[in-house]
Amino acid sequence: MIELRGICRDYAVGDQTVHALDHVDLAIASGEYISLMGPSGSGKSTLLNIIGLLDRATAGTYVLAGDDVSGLDDNALAGHRQSKIGFIFQSFHLVARLNALENVELPLVLAGADAKERRARAQRMLESVGLGPRMHHRPDQLSGGERQRVAIARAIVMEPTVLLADEPTGNLDTASGGEVLRIIEQLNRDGIGLVVVTHDPEVGRRAARHLKMRDGKVFSDDRRES
Amino acid sequence: MKTADTIRLSLQALRRYPLRSTMLLLAISIGVAAVVMLTAVAEGARRYVTGEFASLGTNLLIALPGRSETAGAGLQGMLIGETARDLTLEDVIALTRSANIARVAPIVIGGGTASWRSRERDITVLGTSASLLEVQHWTLGRGRFLPDTDMDVLSPVCVLGGVVAEELFPSRDPLGEWIRIGDARCRVLGVLAQAGVTGAFNTDEVVVLPIANVQQMFNTPGVFRIFVEAVSGERIPEARHDIIETIKARHQGEEDVTVISQDAIITTFNSIFGVITAALAAIAGISLVVAGILIMNVMLVAVSQRTSEIGLLKAIGAKNRQILGLFLTEAACLSVLGGILGFLIGTFAAFVARNLYPIIDFHAPEWASAAALGVAVASGLVFGILPARRAARLDPVLALQKR
Repeated sequence: MIELRGICRDYAVGDQTVHALDHVDLAIASGEYISLMGPSGSGKSTLLNIIGLLDRATAGTYVLAGDDVSGLDDNALAGHRQSKIGFIFQSFHLVARLNALENVELPLVLAGADAKERRARAQRMLESVGLGPRMHHRPDQLSGGERQRVAIARAIVMEPTVLLADEPTGNLDTASGGEVLRIIEQLNRDGIGLVVVTHDPEVGRRAARHLKMRDGKVFSDDRRES
Repeated sequence: MKTADTIRLSLQALRRYPLRSTMLLLAISIGVAAVVMLTAVAEGARRYVTGEFASLGTNLLIALPGRSETAGAGLQGMLIGETARDLTLEDVIALTRSANIARVAPIVIGGGTASWRSRERDITVLGTSASLLEVQHWTLGRGRFLPDTDMDVLSPVCVLGGVVAEELFPSRDPLGEWIRIGDARCRVLGVLAQAGVTGAFNTDEVVVLPIANVQQMFNTPGVFRIFVEAVSGERIPEARHDIIETIKARHQGEEDVTVISQDAIITTFNSIFGVITAALAAIAGISLVVAGILIMNVMLVAVSQRTSEIGLLKAIGAKNRQILGLFLTEAACLSVLGGILGFLIGTFAAFVARNLYPIIDFHAPEWASAAALGVAVASGLVFGILPARRAARLDPVLALQKR
């Protein structure tokens, strides 16, 4: 499903080169539930951005669902992001002036979907995350947990193959964080791949496969027996 | 992404910052309104001036004695005492024989007083022939105009200007009454409709008499002006040629007549005002460029405020071209709306001005309104390109980190 070989990501900071990722090799099968942990600066967010095609590797090969996506241009990357990848962010990244339904519709609008069809689909997604009655609320009228559920609905409305979550519970209290995790875990059981970047060992432990990073390298990769 | 969605998202974004959007709309609409209003003033002035000349008559040529190419008779004329020869009634009659000339009306003009019983009034005495009514497109209020007799026949009749008639005969029908003009007595044949200044004369303040009577009154054999109406607009040059040749033949080969054509005057004024209008439009148009720069500044601020939103759009699959389109559409919506608003403001201002000063027809020419709208939209787009490109080229990772 996802195959990374010898991925490097170097940044120029002043006249020094920082190796954010240092020859990472990683294979992820479809439908896997993976947690990605490590201290700040270990490269876990950079790895997530590369998997999510927001960033490009300096060196290495990336094969996504059978397509070699290393070296594609911005347009092609945007196309792959649109159809295969769903993002969930720590700070939700909802558009403040749009209500929940319009936020969820946004990927469909960008894809040029028909207004009626995309409305129906967005409504279905919001209902599946338990926000059916609140779909006409704007983000500032929703609680943090509800906002993150809107973001989840938006992430899955294009039916991606993998969901990338960067600290999805980082801004939430335990109860709403647990609710958010339950929802994305249910999605994972329905077949979507799930990669969660987290600081929180409690959250990380729930995944089936645990990756730990340090200094731009994956140094531990265990699978929990289930 | 559908065009309708692009426009809807842009308008939603503009509504999110009502004050800023209003200010930009205002800047653009003031620019467009300035173009519309200034050109309306210039165009109104042009129509007023050319209308004044047009009301002198149609296909009109005016012949006056003397050559106008030197000042007066010139130095030589001063030294040897040469002056221009008068135009006479015989000259006028000779002109009527030209096939290119439809009507001829000679004019002698002077000051005088008109009195009836104890009422007396200063007036302009205008001696002419029957054809002046048609040449000048005057309308009669009542009665008849001068009889169509030979020009050199004396006849004790007159036609009163509207105000003169009203003041001499405040409570009585003037038709058929005998009034006194200076030493002469004449019978009132008709009254001109009140119209204020029309064409060359203030017809309200005038008393019209047969030209022979006025020549006698002022003891002059000459004619002050000859109004000549050509048979058609295309024949004006031939009519002019005929006038000059006829007078020359009658004056021993001396070309001592000047012919002014009202078309030439109107053309000159039209071209002068055309340049003035264009210059005013260009000056006002500069404010549109200023508005465009304002759009650029504000859009740059908007791009940096909405960086994280741009990052999100990219994360959910927006292509660079779509981001570019969204921001350009915002600039275009602003400038189109501002342009329409400005056009309405300017048109309304011209409407108000027309009602305040009805004699001047304040109307912006279509080309100026269209150009103002076009420049407004173009400057919105041109100055929107830089911010929109900046937005489109943002790095999604960095954009998402900004909060």
